[in-house]
Parts: sequence; structure tokens; C-alpha cells
Amino acid sequence: MTAEKTLTIDGLPVAIQDEKNILEMIRRAHIELPTFCYHSELSVYGACRLCMVEVEGRGLVAACSTAPEPGMKLRTQTPQVRELRKMNIELLLASGNHDCPTCSKSGSCKLQSLAERLGVTKVRFHAPVPERPLDTSSPSILRDPSKCILCGDCVRFCDEIQGIGAIGFTHRGSQSMVAPAFNKGIAEVDCVNCGQCAAICPVGAITVKSDIEKVFDVLGDPSKTVIVQVAPAVRSAMAEAFGLPNDTFTTMGRIVTALRRLGFKKVYDTSFTADLTIWEEATEFINRKQKGGKLPLFTSCCPAWVKLAEHDLPEILDNISSCRSPQAMFGSLAKEILPGELGIQREDLVVVSVMPCTAKKFEATRPEFAVDGNPDTDLVITTQELARMIQDAGLLFGELPVGSLDMPFGFKTGAGVIFANSGGVSEAVVRYVAGHLGEENPVVQELRSDKNRRILEVPTKLGAIRMGVVYGLAEAQRLVKEIQAGQSDVDFVEVMACPGGCIGGAGQPVTHSAATREQRTQAIRRVDAALDLHCPQENHYVKEMYSERLESPNSHQAHHLLHTHYQSRKRIQGEGISLSDMTGTPKIPVSFCVGTACHLRGAEVLLKKVMACVDQEDLGDRFDIRATFCMESCDRGPTVKVDDIVLHGATVDSVMGLIREVVAEGAKG
Amino acid sequence: MCSNVVEAPQSARQFAKVLQILASFGNEEAKLVPILQAVQEEYRYLPEEVMTFVATALGVPPARVYGVATFYGHFALEPKGKYVVRVCDGTACHVKGSQNLVETLRDILKLPEGKKTTPDMLFTLETVSCLGACGLAPAVVINEDVHGLMTPESTAALIEDIRREEGL
Ligand code: SF4
Ligand code: SF4
Ligand code: FES
Repeated sequence: MTAEKTLTIDGLPVAIQDEKNILEMIRRAHIELPTFCYHSELSVYGACRLCMVEVEGRGLVAACSTAPEPGMKLRTQTPQVRELRKMNIELLLASGNHDCPTCSKSGSCKLQSLAERLGVTKVRFHAPVPERPLDTSSPSILRDPSKCILCGDCVRFCDEIQGIGAIGFTHRGSQSMVAPAFNKGIAEVDCVNCGQCAAICPVGAITVKSDIEKVFDVLGDPSKTVIVQVAPAVRSAMAEAFGLPNDTFTTMGRIVTALRRLGFKKVYDTSFTADLTIWEEATEFINRKQKGGKLPLFTSCCPAWVKLAEHDLPEILDNISSCRSPQAMFGSLAKEILPGELGIQREDLVVVSVMPCTAKKFEATRPEFAVDGNPDTDLVITTQELARMIQDAGLLFGELPVGSLDMPFGFKTGAGVIFANSGGVSEAVVRYVAGHLGEENPVVQELRSDKNRRILEVPTKLGAIRMGVVYGLAEAQRLVKEIQAGQSDVDFVEVMACPGGCIGGAGQPVTHSAATREQRTQAIRRVDAALDLHCPQENHYVKEMYSERLESPNSHQAHHLLHTHYQSRKRIQGEGISLSDMTGTPKIPVSFCVGTACHLRGAEVLLKKVMACVDQEDLGDRFDIRATFCMESCDRGPTVKVDDIVLHGATVDSVMGLIREVVAEGAKG
Repeated sequence: MCSNVVEAPQSARQFAKVLQILASFGNEEAKLVPILQAVQEEYRYLPEEVMTFVATALGVPPARVYGVATFYGHFALEPKGKYVVRVCDGTACHVKGSQNLVETLRDILKLPEGKKTTPDMLFTLETVSCLGACGLAPAVVINEDVHGLMTPESTAALIEDIRREEGL
């Protein structure tokens, strides 16, 4: 270490390694400098000004956006710095509705804990707090803009890591806020419900929508039989919520006991349907690979990814596995089988699931996952919500005896459990394919790396399988672009929205530490290693399920209960742009889709030409012509709708033909 | 097949103009502000759906377009009337009673509480900070025309003239 490469922090010499800013160095010197807007995986924003430190000869600087220089003398605890920090916190407390006891973030709020840590006991400033209504539109997340401190963490996560940008800064000055486009509800825009904005929000401005009360209500209703499924990732993190060591087996056993004490009649494991998912998905893959079907095959177990594809990647919908997620498969099977076995009506069986995931709350509301309006999965709570229920009920989690799961849906192999990790679904598929071909289970180390993109090749008798594993939807979109451009050649792609896969889901206890995520990943691997069985084919209850009800993977019955279809979706809810003169008699609506996909297929040129024809034939006053966004059939665009008739792959002639027909009809009748 | 463009309704022409604007700026995200400016000239405000369309064409999230549109006070997110009446409320005009003019205008335009535009979309009332015509204080600008040394009476007369012109 040479003297030139050193700076001092509060008098302590610290060697400069490859840090981009002095904040990272200060943290390496074991000082937890407070920050709101700094996250190592996001771009530097430098807005919260909480990270101010003194640099000799330069005065106060924001540590997050100052590069280290040899010889710098940093002070992190001068009276000036301390006063500034305190004042910052006071200003933030004064500028929003920070009524801690009623806030659902209380206890894990950074503003609250910093106020405590820095000894802010009173707020000397008072500013009028603007009234800002709650946004309750989404089943997954709840926005309370009156608590927002404008750190921009959510905006950058959604844009940089997820590649979506569903929320952004709007207005300016004292009117500034973070909001979805046009200040709509978050459910009316292109949000995919991953919840990562809620996980990163340091205060209570974006939180996970709680369904705790609804669950307590059904548990208290004697006419209902309430059962529960627990997702694989939950066991990797529940202990964190109680400050206990992460011993996954004891943790899972205690979760089971806690659920029984809370009143659930049966406690099952989503890993069972994860095993089942692999039977279905791997069979779908093998068929496509052998019969020259559409490849690559993308996984479908992450509902955030599925919704993103429906909004933004309609051209790959046929490449996404038609398998429902393990949660949805569970709900479907449970509601199909259990009412008969328990001698009750479908309506009286309530399926609750405990998930690491906020997107699963949305998934449960999809109309295709319901029978006659009765949802397959009734209620979804997150790991955090279950922890709160356990606390609410006064159960001492750390002292609970270990309980065991109910059969058959409580049985699993290691393949079902590793679904929680990024790379886990792929590894499970590899195990299934190897078993199917009568080969040894290969251990593919690269599948287990923690990189957000892995491309690898697995040799099998079917030929080499090129696999892609990604997490973070921005990375997923980049990979899709490369595949479409022919720059990446893969057969199978696993996509998870959350960092590290579902173990990093937004429903898990909040952490921003890669080390904690790694611990969870390892915890999941330990479960896999400790189980007797590792191949999904070895799950004899799944085998039984096939012989008794489902025939074989991808059979007609399996399709009916375990598969689904995808639909392109509008990004933003709205009316469309009217292109006609709106006075006079009621008109026949004609809509031209000018959404992304149709736009690329020349929708505007078509529109212009048709408008010209309509005018030439003097039909303008009979039609209300609109440009709209997305008619949810982007893969077959350009799409045009005349009255109720939808034209796919529309041309000037086909549209005009239809328009003339409608006019002729009108003349007749 | 037909090809000639005959007289199209205004909304269609406006949309065609949006396409033209986007093309003339090469569909470049970096040109978002001038694009929105040009779109606003066409519609006199930024309709939500047109902003979504611009976002789609530029390949950026609609929330970003909305963010830019709300950042600059110059952009209007609500439709403006055919006549935009701006009362200068800069220091000079304020001293010379511009507030009286605003009250008179709200009164004769019968503007509902909290609204800037009349329900018939004929008038929009705004205040601006200093038009740079302090010598003419208090000043009122209707669309592009500056009227100086205004009194409540002369302001009312201006509105009357427009109403007459519009056949009301
Ligand atoms: S839930 Fe995910 S997609 Fe939706 S706004 Fe938050 S980060 Fe973006
Ligand atoms: S990665 Fe897992 S936790 Fe995250 S949104 Fe997808 S399914 Fe949910
Ligand atoms: S962390 Fe440096 S300004 Fe927010």
C-alpha cells in the first residue's frame, strides 16, 4: 500500500481500492453513513443530502457522488455534519404525513429509524402537508404519496432494474411527486406488480398491500374450511423476521405449527406443485425440441415476467410455457380435488397462499384462474404478512415446536424447493430431462452462480440444450432483444423478476444486502441437499396424481387444470384519440390500434390511407374513427375494429371492405 | 383502392401532424421537449392519449413523457379555450390592480370555482408573471394580442367583442 493510494476517514487511514465514491469507502471503514437515495445497484442520484461529510479544504460534500482521491481528509462526525443530518431528517418529517404509529412501514422505516438513531426528538419546522389521496388500485402494492420523501429509489429500480418505468417524477418544486403516468392508479398503467418499489422504498410511501385482515376473517368464519400452501422461498427468510438463525428445517417446521395454530385446516407446500410444474414444463420443452416447435421456451412461473410480456413483448407470447405458476396449479388442483374429499362445496373451501411475492397477489385475481367466478386461490399473503400475523396472534415463533406438512400436497423433491433460487427452475428441468433420457443428474455449476445473466450449455442425449437464466426484467428484455436479433441462441430461458429469484421477492423481510440474499440461496440449497429425492419424477404423489386424474403430462386433462394462455395487454388504460368530428348523430366506432406492436407494423400509414378513402367516399360522418392503444392482439397486428368486428393483419382493402359492408347493412336495416 | 386525400376532420389532421412532428424530429427521445412543444401548438394542450402515443413512438415509458410534461409550466395538460386570456400579474401590473381584472374576468366568464376554462371551451383565463410590457400596466393578452392600460370596463368590452364575433 503506497501513501498516494490512501485517504483518511476521521483520522483513520483507509486504502483506496476500486470504490467509485467515498461513501463506499466510509462503509468499508465500518461506519454506517445514513442515506436514502444511495443503492449500490442503482445509478447515483445525490438528492437526499443525508450523506454529507466534511472534506478538509473543500467543505461539505455528498459522499455518494464524490470520488475518492488520495490524501483526502474526511470527517463524518463534525458538529456541522451532525446538525445538518438532523435538520435533514426534521425537514423530511415535516414535509409529509409521517404519523408513525399508523404507518404499515413502522418498524422497518428508514426515516423512523434514522430519527431515532440521530436523536431527533422534536420537529422544529412545520410545512403544510399537501393532501394526496392513497392509490389503492393495485392488488399488490399500496401507494401513499403523502409519505414520499422523493428519494427516487423506486423510480430508478423500476426503470433501471426492471426496465419498465411505471412510475416517475412529476411536476416540480413543492408540487413534485412520484406517480404513474397521468397520475393514474398504478394498476391502470404498465406496472407488473413485482413490488420491488415497495421493497426499496425507505419510508411508507409504497408498501405491500396487506391481506392480513381478510385472512383473519375467513379463519374466523365457521362455514369455511381454510387451507394454506407455503412457497419454497418463504422458509429461506422467515427466521430473519424474528431475528433467528436461518435453520431452514426448523423454520419450515415452525411455520407449519404457526399456521395450524392460526387455524388453517391443512398446511401444504407449493414445492409439490413446483415438482408438478416441471413434469409439465419439461415435457412441453422436450416436445418442442424434438418436434421442432417454437423455441426458446420461456418459463412462466413469475407472474411479473408474464405480465411484462403481455404488455411489451406480445411477439414472444407463443414462446412462453403455457404452464400455470406453481401457486396457480396448486389452487386449481386443490379446488378440484379437496371439496370432494372433505365433503364440502367449492365455495366453502378457501385456499390461502403464503408467498415471497407481491405479483402473486395479482395473479390470483386473474379471471382465467377461477371457475364460475370462484378463484382457485382466494387470498395471498407474503412472508412479511405471515410474520405479522404470527406476532399479532402472540405466537412465540422461536419457541414453537416443529410441525409436519399434510399429504399429498405437502410432499416434494429437492427440485420443487430450488424454484426459489434464480437458476433453480432450470436446474429442475435439467434433472427432469436427464431422468427422462435415463441419464445421470448433471450438476451444472454455472446454473448456481449469482450473476443476473447466465448462458450455458448442457449436453444431453437430445443434443446440447442451450440455457439462459436471467433475473431482473431489464436484463430479461435485453436478452429477448438479442434473441430476436439473432445474437443469442438459446433453447430454454428462465426469467425471474426479483434479485436472485423469489428468495429476493418483495414480500420477503426487507433487505438490500447481497449477503442476506446469498444466505437465503444457500438455505434453499441445504434443503435440496438434505431431502432424499432430487428429481421431480421421483415424487410418487405426483405420479399418483397422474395415474388417478391427469393421465400424462400435457394430456387434455392436464391442460385443462394446469395450463393457461396469454393475452397481449394494454399498457395504459385510456380512451384513444378521436379522429372524427364528434357532432351529430351517433356513429359507428372504428378503432385503429397504434400501440407499440401495430405501430411497428405500419398502423399509421394504414390509418392515413383509410381516412383518405373514407373521406373520398364521403362516409366521414357515419363513423367515429379513433386511434387506440392496444386491442390486446398485438401478435396479429395491425388490428382494426369496425363496430364489433375485429380485423387482424388489416390492410386498406380489408378495412374499406368491412366499412362498406357495414354501411350497406345499415342501409338495409 | 383510393388514394387522394380530401378534406379530413380537424382531429384527423391534428393526428397526421403528430406523425409528421415525430418524423421531423427523427423519433428521438432527446427531442422530447421540442416534440411536446410542437404537439401542444397543434392541440393547444397535451392530450393524454397523444402523450401515450408519443411515448410509444419514442420507445420510452409514458410516465417519463408525463414527467417532462408536468415539469415545465408551459405545457398544458388540460384543453384550453379558443381564446386564452392572460392577465399579467407581474409587480407593475399587480400594483396597478391586475387582481381586479382577474376578478372581473372570472365574473363575466362565469368560471366555476377552480376552473380555468369555460365549459363551452371558448375562454381560458390565466395569470402570468410579467409579460415584459410594464409600461402598459396592467396588461391583458388575448391569444397573441397585447392590450395595455386596462380597466375592468375595457376588459369586459374586449370579451363582449369576442362574444359578438363568435355570434353569441
Ligand atoms: S411493482 Fe415493480 S413494476 Fe410496479 S411500479 Fe413497482 S417496481 Fe415498477
Ligand atoms: S421473481 Fe418470484 S418473487 Fe419475484 S415477482 Fe417473480 S415470482 Fe414473484
Ligand atoms: S445518499 Fe448521497 S445524496 Fe442521497
